[in-house]
Amino acid sequence: MLQIPLWNRLTIIAVVLAGIAFAMPNLFYDRVERHNDAIATIERTGAITDALRAERALWPDVLPSTLVNLGLDLRGGAHLLAEVQVGDVYEARMDALWPELRDALRDLRDTVGTIRRQDAPPGELHVRISEPAGMAAAVEAARRLATPVISLTGVGAPTLDVRGDNDLLIVTLSEAERQATDDRTMQQSVEIVRRRVDEAGTREPTIQRQGADRILIQVPGIGSAQELKDLIGTTARLTFHPVVSRTRDGEAAVDARQILLPSMDEDGVFYVLEQTPVVTGDDLVDSQPAFDQQTGQPAVTFRFNPAGARAFGDYTAANVGAPFAIVLDSEVISAPTIRQAITGGSGQITGNFTVESSTELAVLLRAGALPAEMVFLEERTIGPELGADSIAAGEIAALVAFGAVLVFMVLSYGLFGVFASLALILNVGLIFGVLSVIGATLTLPGIAGIVLTIGMAVDANVLVFERIREELKTAKGPARAIEQGYARALSAIVDANFTTFIIAIILFALGSGPVRGFSITLGIGIVTSVFTAIYVTRLLIVTWFDRARPKTIEV
Amino acid sequence: MRLRLVPQETNIDFFRHARLTFGASVVAMVLSVVVWLSMGLNFGIDFLGGTTIRTESAAPVDVAAYRDALAALDLGDVSITEVFDPTFGPEQNVAMIRIQAQAGQESVSPETVFAVQDALRGVYPGMTFPSVESVGPKVSGELIQTALIAVLASLGAILVYIWLRFEWQFSVGAVAALIHDIVLTVGLFALLQIRFDLATIAALLTIVGYSINDTVVIFDRLRENLIKYKTRPLQDVMNLSANETLSRTLMTSGTTLLALLALLVLGGDVIRGFVFAIFWGVIVGTYSSIFVAKNIVLMIGVKRDWSKPDAKAGTQFSNIDA
Repeated sequence: MLQIPLWNRLTIIAVVLAGIAFAMPNLFYDRVERHNDAIATIERTGAITDALRAERALWPDVLPSTLVNLGLDLRGGAHLLAEVQVGDVYEARMDALWPELRDALRDLRDTVGTIRRQDAPPGELHVRISEPAGMAAAVEAARRLATPVISLTGVGAPTLDVRGDNDLLIVTLSEAERQATDDRTMQQSVEIVRRRVDEAGTREPTIQRQGADRILIQVPGIGSAQELKDLIGTTARLTFHPVVSRTRDGEAAVDARQILLPSMDEDGVFYVLEQTPVVTGDDLVDSQPAFDQQTGQPAVTFRFNPAGARAFGDYTAANVGAPFAIVLDSEVISAPTIRQAITGGSGQITGNFTVESSTELAVLLRAGALPAEMVFLEERTIGPELGADSIAAGEIAALVAFGAVLVFMVLSYGLFGVFASLALILNVGLIFGVLSVIGATLTLPGIAGIVLTIGMAVDANVLVFERIREELKTAKGPARAIEQGYARALSAIVDANFTTFIIAIILFALGSGPVRGFSITLGIGIVTSVFTAIYVTRLLIVTWFDRARPKTIEV
Repeated sequence: MRLRLVPQETNIDFFRHARLTFGASVVAMVLSVVVWLSMGLNFGIDFLGGTTIRTESAAPVDVAAYRDALAALDLGDVSITEVFDPTFGPEQNVAMIRIQAQAGQESVSPETVFAVQDALRGVYPGMTFPSVESVGPKVSGELIQTALIAVLASLGAILVYIWLRFEWQFSVGAVAALIHDIVLTVGLFALLQIRFDLATIAALLTIVGYSINDTVVIFDRLRENLIKYKTRPLQDVMNLSANETLSRTLMTSGTTLLALLALLVLGGDVIRGFVFAIFWGVIVGTYSSIFVAKNIVLMIGVKRDWSKPDAKAGTQFSNIDA
């Protein structure tokens, strides 16, 4: 006869109850969100106010409070796909290598003669030596500067490729080191983007590395992609260079290893600078917005780490009276004259700042410079009203779809249709429960996925009910027909849903954004609908059958 | 009295007009390909690169006025379409402006977008821009590639799965039916010039998932009946299986279409193309599982004796719950 073991019943009931418990907060989305925000604020600041306490009391602490994340198309916000120009870093690495190489070659002055760094394509270091006969020794010395690459795959390969071409010594990063460097650049970039977005204090941003050199950034609630780009697109590379001269000629010729950069606030003024910086923003440990004590103008203060402080102190001590330039992303912010050695390791940048821009710059300097420039390949802005409209439309459509399917099922299958409808309601609850627990994001196509699942979820029930009808025709008695109906329909249910599940997995693996959102709800919907159809309706039917003991049933 | 889409017992001969139905499918597929090649698809920015700007204003949309406002900006190919939707209020006049990818830019520069917005605000001061999306040509090329891989991978996965669970003849029939559904859907999109973007690809894959669902249910019954009736002609057994599952096939299609209809009418214009594709796909998918998949299997023929285990084709999987 129809039997479901007790532990089986309990498991089914427990799963359903858990699903409902986790789905419930989503019915009170606004309240729970404010409750969660209040808790986050309390934890972050450590202080509690009556206002926060009131917000927190909007939802009981003991109940589950995880919510389904709303995707950008529902909440509004900005989406960016950035490509990190990983090649930029090779150049910086070569610049950093130069002083070391210069010292090493100077020790060999007897064999290699005088040395001079030459202009080279990005990522290469070219050094001309006056005694080509000493090239072998020069190459040997340069190779000694290479260290084994430390990475998961290429342990042991040297970091540098060194070759000599007549009197020209050419140094580049080796292939293995390029890969390791790219990887580090990406990790750093993702980390810095994350810090900058977090500093801006937006809710639940998504920052993901994609592929070899891309970062996907999604920030809900931000006004436009442009705002987001301003925040994360600035490289914020701060450097201090010795000034060679000041000019009004934007085309002025400069010597090798010198650069011509425009002034940020003086129109038409350019500075010729030594290309190699004395110190860079990498050596900063802190930066704060401030006001200049003499003029009262907004300024930005900074503090170096010990290495930076020493380099800066040594340079300023040796060059009192000479000007040096503070450069931010290839623009000279200011070029003050060194009045005395600056040994304390801290200083202040003044320029044409407003309170906002000085605060922004301090944030950027604190978060650190991006190791490389980013180019934006894809940008999307969705306004919050459009998202709200979509949610409203999706909700209405889902309710109507739901109602229509329920009526259709009850008309077709009578009491069994009621059972299927109950299972369907639980099914939608379970979908939301699972979405909340795994922290998935609901998108507009995701809502479509749920609506589609509503339509398709009855399929498993239909398969069973139709099968029971057929079994009833062979007149084995209702209990037997129900049992056989479930048993025989199982293979069709499994096959049919498994193939759809494969599609959901492929969509998840290959899709991004909205498509992925759709695949998630579709996949979860398949699992929950099979669960509710096979276990929940069965439990309902068996319980009813045990109580009513009908002689005949009509499906 | 119960609602019945089909009578209790049906005995329809699905092969009586086999030439007609199968011929019609072949003709429809050929026509789809012809329309597709001659008219082309209305690719969205996901695949072409460029920018779309959604505008909303209280004043009625006047496409010519919009075009005039933008003419001075020299943006190349600009398409402007008015968007209608029953969920819009009277003050909601929405249009979509699409700008082609500008030469030498990975994504449309903010200056271009600002210029467009300023030009339009000059004509309609209260205009808002609920969404602005730009995709660079580099990404769009990759997106096409990924989309193709997604469709092919899903067809391949189904081919293998059905082969493992049934027989290779079944998997050929099923995949032929799926290709039928995809081609007809793409043809319809070309014919009606509905925007074809990433969401459409997701819709295509959903159609594949739905249609295979339908086909597998019939195949499952066919396998069962082939074991039961070892000597009846294959065509009869197929008819029997299709008739036995007909009620279920139509019930499921009915409920799914009902749900989709609600979404199509009330779900808003943003996903209408997506929902429309699935709606259409459910109809052709149901048709193809009844009239295409079986015909192919019948043409190839299938092994009749299912009682002995078959050394080939991994059938150890096919009896796990038989």
